[in-house]
Amino acid sequence: MPRTLFDTIWDAHLVRPESDDTPAVLYVDLHLVHEVTSPQAFAMLRERGRKVRRPERTVATMDHSTPTTPRGADGRIPVTDPEAAAQIAQLETNCRDFGIPLHALGSERQGIVHVIGPELGLTRPGMTIVCGDSHTSTHGAFGALAFGIGTTEVAHVLMTQCLLQSRPSTLLIRAEGRLHPGVTAKDLILGIIAKIGVGGGTGHVIEYAGPAIRALSMEERMTVCNMSIEAGARAGMIAPDDTTFEYLAGRPHAPQGKGWDRALADWRRLATDDGAAHDRAVTIDASRLEPMITYGTNPGMAVPIRGEVPPSDGEASMERALGYMGLRPGQRLLGHPIDVVFIGSCTNARLSDLRQAASVLRGRKVAANVRLLVVPGSQSVKRQAEAEGLDRVFREAGGEWREAGCSMCIAMNGDQIRPGQYAVSTSNRNFEGRQGQGGRTFLASPLTAAASAVAGGIADARELLE
Amino acid sequence: MIRTIASTYVVLPIDNIDTDIIIPARFLKVTGKAGLGRHLFANWRYAEDGSPRPEFVINRPEAAAARVLVAGDNFGCGSSREHAPWALADFGFRAVVSTSFASIFRNNCLKNGILPIAVEPAFHKKMVAAAGAPAASGPPPTVSIDLETRTITLADGTGATFPIEPFPRYCLLNGLDELSFLLQQEEAIGAYEKRVAGR
Repeated sequence: MPRTLFDTIWDAHLVRPESDDTPAVLYVDLHLVHEVTSPQAFAMLRERGRKVRRPERTVATMDHSTPTTPRGADGRIPVTDPEAAAQIAQLETNCRDFGIPLHALGSERQGIVHVIGPELGLTRPGMTIVCGDSHTSTHGAFGALAFGIGTTEVAHVLMTQCLLQSRPSTLLIRAEGRLHPGVTAKDLILGIIAKIGVGGGTGHVIEYAGPAIRALSMEERMTVCNMSIEAGARAGMIAPDDTTFEYLAGRPHAPQGKGWDRALADWRRLATDDGAAHDRAVTIDASRLEPMITYGTNPGMAVPIRGEVPPSDGEASMERALGYMGLRPGQRLLGHPIDVVFIGSCTNARLSDLRQAASVLRGRKVAANVRLLVVPGSQSVKRQAEAEGLDRVFREAGGEWREAGCSMCIAMNGDQIRPGQYAVSTSNRNFEGRQGQGGRTFLASPLTAAASAVAGGIADARELLE
Repeated sequence: MIRTIASTYVVLPIDNIDTDIIIPARFLKVTGKAGLGRHLFANWRYAEDGSPRPEFVINRPEAAAARVLVAGDNFGCGSSREHAPWALADFGFRAVVSTSFASIFRNNCLKNGILPIAVEPAFHKKMVAAAGAPAASGPPPTVSIDLETRTITLADGTGATFPIEPFPRYCLLNGLDELSFLLQQEEAIGAYEKRVAGR
C-alpha cells in the first residue's frame, strides 16, 4: 500500500503500535534539550531514581533565557538575571549528572536549539526528533518527523527514549509556481497560515511539496517548517532531495565515508509514494504571493504588505486584536511608524537571513527613531556572518550586533520592546505581549524588517532592491 | 484521580488564547512548578502597576470556587510550555471547555489532571450565554462533568459527550501515571534498539 513520507517514518519508529486501549510507543532518535522546559523533567528522574536511557541521543543547549549582550573582558557572556542564572546552572548540573552533551552559553556550538541541530548535522532525514519547544517542527525541513513536547514528555523521553503518541492525520500543502524576487520563504509560510488559519493544521502533520518548495534552500525550508506550529500543526515536513544532501555533507555529525553512502541510499527512498493519500490537501500558488505582514495578534492575521487591515468580522477576538494593535479596518500598513526592528529567532536567524537583511542595510542608515537588534541564531552563524563582514554592515547602519539566542522572540532574557511600542520582527509569534508586555508586533521577512528599519516605518523592501 | 467534577464555571470567550496569554514567558524562568497560578493570565489580570484588575474574570469573587473555565476556540495555541496547565491547575481549574484545543497544550493538560473538553459551538454558546454579561449579577452557572461517561451536563439538564482517548481517560479515572505504562515497555524498547542497530 502506498505510504506518505509521514507514514514511512512513523511506521519505522513504532516500538509498539497503537491498540484500542493504548497509544503507540514511538522511538525518538534525537532529543534536544534547553534550559527552560527541562528542569522539572530532570527533577522527575531524580524523584524516581532513574537515569537517562540514551544520553548519546540527547543534546542540550542554552538559548531561551540567556542574555545576548556583549562578552566581558574574560570572553564570557555575563548573566545578570539571577533567575536565568539559576536555570542555566541547573542545566549544567543536569547535563553533568546525567551525562548529556551540552553546548553551554557562549561556547563554540551554542545557539538556538533549532539552529544548531541542523548546522551540526544532528538533524537528518528519516529521524524522529523531539524537544520541549513547539518550533521543533523546524527540523522537518530535512524529511524528519519533528515535534514539540511538554516537560512531562521530556521526562518520558529522557527515561525511556520513547513517547506515547496517537497517530496524527496528514495534510498536504502543495505550493505551485515560484516565489517572485523579494518574496521569501517567510512570506510563503505567512501566506499559507493566512489561508488555512491558526487552527488549520490542528491534529495534522503537514507535508509541504510542489515546485515552489523544491526551489527553496535548506535554510528557507527550515523557515517554512518552523512555522507549521503557527497553523496548529503537530509537525511540518519536506521530503529530502539533493538540496538536503548537499547541506548535510561534511557537517560534524553527518555520517562519513561508507556510512554516508549507506545513509544517502536510505534517504533517497524517503518520499511520499505515488498514489499515497493524505487526509487533506491544500494548494497555494506561490507566484501570486507578495511580501506578507501581520496586522493582528496571531500569525494567521497577515496581509500583503501593500494591503490594508481587513474589515472586522465582528468577533470579540478580532476587535480585541485590533484594539491591542491600535489599528482599524481599512488602514494601510505601509508607512506605519515603528520603534524596534528585531532580526533573529529560529525562524529567520540563519546566515542567509542575515545576508538578506544586510543586502538592504548595506550603505544605508537605520532611521533615527528605530532600534535595530540583529541576533544571530548560533555562535556558528555569528562567526560566519563576521567572516563575511555582515556585522559591520549592521553596525555601520546603526544596528546592534548581539550574541546568539532566542532574544526578543520570546523576550525572557531582557531583550524586549516596551509597552505601546511597535516592532517589525522576523520571529514567529505576534501574540499579545510576546515580545514584551504591551508591545505590538508585526511579523515579516528579514528583507521587510531591514527595509522598515531604514524607513522608520513598515516598508516594501522591493523598492530598495531595484 | 478524576471521576466527576461538579462546579461553578467562569467564561473567557475569546478565540485563540495562546500560551503566552495563559502564562507570559517572563514567568518561565523557574526550575519548579509550584505557585504558577498567581501568574495565570498575568497580562490580562493585572494592571501595569501589578494590581489586580477587578473586572477580569478570574479576579471576580465567583472565580475562586470555579473548577471549570470556558474559553474560546483553539485554546492553548502557541508554545509547548507545560507551565500553562501547571498555572491553570495551581489556580484551581480542573477542566477547560472550548470548541477546540491546540494539540501540545491538550496533551499537557491530560498529563496534569486537567480535562480539555471540546464541545460543539452551539453547546459552547449556551454555556457562555448562561454566564451572562461580565457584570451580570446572580449566582454563577454550574456544570457537571463525568469522565466515566464522557458527558458534560448543564444546570438545565442539557448534556453533551466529549472526546477523549481511552488511555488518558483510563489513567485519569484510576489515578495512574502514563509513565508507568511506558516504563513497562522496557523489553520492547530494548528489542527495537537491537533491531534498528542490526539494520
